Amino acid sequence: MTAKRRGAQLGMLAFAVLIVMGAYAGVGLGINGKVPSGMLGYGLGLGGLMLAAYLVLAKWAPWADPLLLPLVTLVNGIGLVMIYRIELAGEKLASAANQLMWTALGVVMFSAVLIALRDHRVLQRFTYTAGFAGLGLLVLPMLPFIGKEINGARIWVGVGPFSIQPAEFAKLALVVFFAGYLVAKRDVLALAGRRLLFIDLPRARDLGPIVITWVISLGVLVLQKDLGSSLLLFGAFIVMLYVATQRTSWVLIGILLFVGGAFVAGQIFSHVEARFDVWLHAEDERLYTAVGGSEQLMQGQFAMGSGGILGTGLGQGYPYKIPLSFSDFIFPAVGEELGLTGLMAILMVYALIVERGLRTSLAARDPFTKLLAGGLSFILAWQVFIIVGGVTRLIPLTGLVTPFMSAGGSALLANWMLIALLVRMSDAARRPPPQAIQDEGMTQVMQR
Amino acid sequence: MNSPLKRVSVACLLMFGLLMANVTYLGAVRAEGLRNDSRNVRMLYGRYNVDRGWITADNGKTTLAKTVDTGDKQFRFEREYPLGKPFTHVVGWFAPESASGIEAAMNRYLDGSHPDLVVRRAIDMVSGKPAKGASVDLTLNTKAQEIAYKDLAGTGKRGAVVALEPKTGKILAMVSVPSYDPNPLAVANKATVNKAYNKLDKDDNKPLLNRAINLTFAPGSTFKTVTAAAYLSDDESRDENTQVDAPDSLPLPGTNISLPNYHGESCGGRATLVEALTISCNTPFAIMGMDVGYDKLKEQAEKFGVGQPLEIPLEVSPSDIGPDESKAALAKTAIGQQSNQMTPLQMAMVAAGIANQGTVMKPYLVNKIMADGSEIDGTDPDELDEAVSPEVAGELTKMMINVVERGTGGAAKLPGITVAGKTGTAETLPGKPSHAWFISFAPVDNPKVAVAVFVESGSAGNDATGGAVAAPIAHDVMQAVLGQ
Repeated sequence: MTAKRRGAQLGMLAFAVLIVMGAYAGVGLGINGKVPSGMLGYGLGLGGLMLAAYLVLAKWAPWADPLLLPLVTLVNGIGLVMIYRIELAGEKLASAANQLMWTALGVVMFSAVLIALRDHRVLQRFTYTAGFAGLGLLVLPMLPFIGKEINGARIWVGVGPFSIQPAEFAKLALVVFFAGYLVAKRDVLALAGRRLLFIDLPRARDLGPIVITWVISLGVLVLQKDLGSSLLLFGAFIVMLYVATQRTSWVLIGILLFVGGAFVAGQIFSHVEARFDVWLHAEDERLYTAVGGSEQLMQGQFAMGSGGILGTGLGQGYPYKIPLSFSDFIFPAVGEELGLTGLMAILMVYALIVERGLRTSLAARDPFTKLLAGGLSFILAWQVFIIVGGVTRLIPLTGLVTPFMSAGGSALLANWMLIALLVRMSDAARRPPPQAIQDEGMTQVMQR
Repeated sequence: MNSPLKRVSVACLLMFGLLMANVTYLGAVRAEGLRNDSRNVRMLYGRYNVDRGWITADNGKTTLAKTVDTGDKQFRFEREYPLGKPFTHVVGWFAPESASGIEAAMNRYLDGSHPDLVVRRAIDMVSGKPAKGASVDLTLNTKAQEIAYKDLAGTGKRGAVVALEPKTGKILAMVSVPSYDPNPLAVANKATVNKAYNKLDKDDNKPLLNRAINLTFAPGSTFKTVTAAAYLSDDESRDENTQVDAPDSLPLPGTNISLPNYHGESCGGRATLVEALTISCNTPFAIMGMDVGYDKLKEQAEKFGVGQPLEIPLEVSPSDIGPDESKAALAKTAIGQQSNQMTPLQMAMVAAGIANQGTVMKPYLVNKIMADGSEIDGTDPDELDEAVSPEVAGELTKMMINVVERGTGGAAKLPGITVAGKTGTAETLPGKPSHAWFISFAPVDNPKVAVAVFVESGSAGNDATGGAVAAPIAHDVMQAVLGQ
């Protein structure tokens, strides 16, 4: 059974690598009319990388969900190809080599987590450590000398020639903290407390630490003007609170808080108000031409519209005309060349990853695993929703990376670590329980 | 904890559902609008990324519009018009945001998006080659076109020339003056093109208008051929020798004014039809018009194509003989001086119809469409209407021969070839110079070309007649066609 699934996983992995290689060849054909010369090396590199990840997984998490790794490989690979394509078009900030290097580091991180973390439940012991680490990482960019401001958001830390976004890792740490804390306190949160109107409010000392951590995180992100991450953390916190306490009232409170918060933020921060304006009136000529206006958003829309249902074909469109087409706006860029069909496929892949994560959460045997797996899966879905919804004008644009696709090292590393955690937990959830010493089943059969 | 987790799963499903619905909305419903948004630079690049088909004439031997590969990444294929001005109004231009002439009318063939080309386009797409359009070959005779342009531009006036092949309706020449160089409008720079276009648009001489098909003018005496056709068809016993009243001056019924002959000349009180046409008497044709009545005159004009919608494939403005107002108005309509308004193409169709024994052929500009060396479509000659019987056409021809041999159209005579024609000098506003017209066809026994020449507001003064200004141009155009 396991062996068979592992074979299927290897097959799917090979298939994902083949699709990515095909796309890579397609870019070369589309732009230069010939297959890129580095085709073989590229294929071997990516294939070897994924084979290594597969071997680590097979050895250290043999019962793990067979779908997760091939699905992540596919979106990661499509992202790589798109960045390569945009780099070929002359976009100086896009670097496929960098992204490939970060992908390799991501796979190393994935392997490291799987090898080092044999039982994810030890994370529960580091609940508060994770909380402090998360906060510390968030504050890092605000510090002088190492903090860097790029494109108006102070969310970077310079380390030698590299820049990393500590917020990407902070999210992981904070989800671990939420899960650990909520599991420890969930009984008192759910039972003890006072009823106010129709809502059961927990005691302040039970909810206090987590609310404080959460408010500080949001405060820091708001100060850094990182709207996307604020929204991401907010949603993750509310959903995890809801799952832990099983109280719908938390979701209602969350929505009310969000609407109120958005309104207040719109009043206080001009950039929040501007985002709303751009979202609602993107086609307005005045906003289109304004500095920081709707041009980028509309260029993304034009790209997707021009792609239509089947897309222009790789290398045959003008996705590089969208500002930041290789990072925040990689989704519309793919939409232009692979069309509605390609976008649907990518959304399906994300939905499947999330679904496998949630399935792990449902199958898990202990509450900490359930909450952590659920939280990590949700944060992935929520992140896709916020960024894809933003660039497709479903919701206001807040700016986040598209997981695994957008150019960016920190996000790749953090997301590969997230997947490693999900894989670890799915291994635990799917592992058959230890055999009972006395086999009672046998006697039952004999009785028949 | 499983039940809230299941609800979270449903919420995630909903989120992905919303994203998919929105992406579908963008990629399928809004796509068209987004694609065509003027701010979407892809439209502009797309236009310059097609290896656009060429526009040729003389069965592909002469190139009127060609595509050059600039090697530029974004604006790869640029358009060039090697023969320039004489062909501008027919060929048109392909600008960053618009197009005119054949470039616009045949765009789907030229850019390869026509359904007939779908297989070829699919092959190009798979092989990664830029999309290639089909070439359009025009019916134009480039020699005739160039001589028509040179002569007409040489008068220093505005005007138009149209030459048709009577038996098929092929347009052999179509010139409008003043013209302009289309090349500056074909560069891949919106701002430069807009500047050049606005300059042309503001020009008082309105060079952007195609006077051959998009403007109508009083046809003057050339319309007497239509009146004569109606009069002859009305009674089979009539022929070129039928005597008609030709007073020196005709009091117009219901008014206190009289219609004189041109320059007050006398036609001797009575004249045969052929004499009346030869010296272009006004009064007998005014009487003939009133005799046959408005309805029959209008019907006759319609049979020659007046008022019929035409696409050649350029859009042709409809000609009109004007409303049925009064007998006096009808008298003036009959000599082409009332509110009747004709395009030069329409008058060429009148000449071609008479030349072709009364059958008017649909005029057309596109000879054939070629893709990868093979013809994928072509225009077959098509009958528009039976304007007059062959007998009436014969009588009209005899009368028109006389116009050239002994009358006002002497300048159109060709050595050794019998030419039929009719002059026209249309008074416009009092004190303003007249329009000069000439319609003709040759050779009479086997017509190969029918021409209409129109010179707007003639030359200064009142001596601008069709015979003096327009007929020599028709002479050169006919010679150019027949000389081959």
